[in-house]
Amino acid sequence: MKLPVVKKQRTLATETWRRFKKNKLALTGMIVLSSLVLIALSTIVIDLATDNAVYNNYVIKQNLRMRLQGPSKDHIFGLDEFGRDIFMRMIWAVRYSLFMGTIAIALSTIAGGLLGAIAGYYGKVTDNAIMRFMDVLLAIPSMLLATAIVAALGTSLTNVLIAIAISYVPTFARTVRASVLTIKDQEFIEAARAMGASDSRIIFKYILPNSMAPLIVQATLGVAGAILSIAGLSFLGLGIQPPTPEWGSMLSSARAYIREGWHITVIPGLGIMITILALNVMGDGLRDALDPRLKN
Amino acid sequence: MNDTIKRPLLRVEHLKKYFHTNKGTLHAVDDVSFSIHKGETLGVVGESGCGKSTLGRTILRLHEPTDGKIFFEDQEVTGLDAHAMKALRRDMQIIFQDPFASLNPRMTVSETIGESLLIQKLFTRKQGVELRKRVTELMDFVGLSAKLVNSYPHELDGGRRQRIGIARVLALDPKFVVCDEPVSALDVSIQAQILNLMQDLQDELGLTYLFITHDLSVVKHLSNNIVVMYLGQMVEMAPSLVLFEKPLHPYTQALLSAIPVPDPDYAVDRVLLQGELTSPINPQPGCRFAKRCPYASEACTKHDIPLKEVAPGHFVACTLV
Repeated sequence: MKLPVVKKQRTLATETWRRFKKNKLALTGMIVLSSLVLIALSTIVIDLATDNAVYNNYVIKQNLRMRLQGPSKDHIFGLDEFGRDIFMRMIWAVRYSLFMGTIAIALSTIAGGLLGAIAGYYGKVTDNAIMRFMDVLLAIPSMLLATAIVAALGTSLTNVLIAIAISYVPTFARTVRASVLTIKDQEFIEAARAMGASDSRIIFKYILPNSMAPLIVQATLGVAGAILSIAGLSFLGLGIQPPTPEWGSMLSSARAYIREGWHITVIPGLGIMITILALNVMGDGLRDALDPRLKN
Repeated sequence: MNDTIKRPLLRVEHLKKYFHTNKGTLHAVDDVSFSIHKGETLGVVGESGCGKSTLGRTILRLHEPTDGKIFFEDQEVTGLDAHAMKALRRDMQIIFQDPFASLNPRMTVSETIGESLLIQKLFTRKQGVELRKRVTELMDFVGLSAKLVNSYPHELDGGRRQRIGIARVLALDPKFVVCDEPVSALDVSIQAQILNLMQDLQDELGLTYLFITHDLSVVKHLSNNIVVMYLGQMVEMAPSLVLFEKPLHPYTQALLSAIPVPDPDYAVDRVLLQGELTSPINPQPGCRFAKRCPYASEACTKHDIPLKEVAPGHFVACTLV
């Protein structure tokens, strides 16, 4: 039998991309984020290639005589309270803010997503056991929880990551559980069961793809929140240790000099703001693009 | 021929399905027994909430029965473990009422139809070309244009979606199909198309249907036998023609008189039911229809009314007969 000519089958990824790129705002957000990722990657490469020479000579090099100097031709973002070049510090800080935020949220999305899906799908005792534990976690302010975890495990990048990941798990578990509950009683789930589909097939092929939209929005917002949490922990001295540059710690240490030099608070603040804004518009665009019911 | 009459394809004995709710025990299906022979259609009619959909789903063990037995080809379905049940699902399938809700919105037409083949391991993931060929055959079989293989359900109308629902069931080549109001959600013109398709499939493939509906005119021509349900119980069962000519239970009579007649001059002598629907939660003994029945007497509410065979194949649960 000859197969008829049909429109080419588009995979979920290509179909999503086709719809995503129609949203100019979201596309801008993605370009901003990809350039940040590129910047982060190139700083890592430079560090490896020059054996930290650039890092030592420009990023953490202090020049107290020129402290708090405003933007100029030599230092386009000016110098901070120790006379370090803010432009270089901003660029070197991207990797911590962005990658750590992303990795932490990726971990909690996977963990929270699975827990929420299991709780919502199986219900009853399983649901209660998982969700009451999540409620306990949720009852503790996430910042306090992260602080406690870091304090208990010790100050290190990995521990900050784990702390933030754990503190975001309940939010994702709740989001996924809620959408699983609305989806699991629909007839197409029953149809899959009538065909003999296993529980894991139903969860991964039917329930999770249909609850992706809120999860993706939650995750992009979560990355933004995680970046702020990392900044907060750094401010408390539990996150990234000075002199390593990080936007949040730059912002908080600049706080004391806000009268003397406006640029040293404004610039890291703008960095965080732009990143978070880009994440949010991209998340919105992704949500629309991932929903096949929204046409075009 | 006599052989098939002696051994029904599906036999249901004293099937019960109770749901535990906060208000009490809901008797959705209460002591239902019947059998269906190969190639025949059993119509199940009743008003909304009488447990007809629950009955269909319980037979397929989408709900676990509270009590009673189900036999499929002399094999007891009720006691099967998960593995054997999965194998049996090839033979017992279901077409759903709402073609909007019964298709995964994230799967294309071909994925949806191929899914049942993959789940039952009739094809493996590597046999992409063969699988696609089979899917195209099935689509052709149910009258879906092959152009639509990569469309998503939301791009199609109700009739086409229901054809997808039928194609994915046929993919498994089942012997028995529960049709849970398969046309109620469709436009009248499309209803006829789908009903004709289902009838053609039955003739061609020798399918056996359990046809659930609240629309008597739909089952009249399709069914060999009809079961009338009221609040979880069978009140009457008879061959289709007998039921329409000589309904014995007052509820059946009321149902039949409610069928609209397309003739404005026809003087309708409707039986209008009075009173409230009795709650199916913790029901009292006796006939559940008694509160609305114009002929009810004290004898009706004392104890449960058993089904009585008034003529060969014609069963009624009523004190009057």
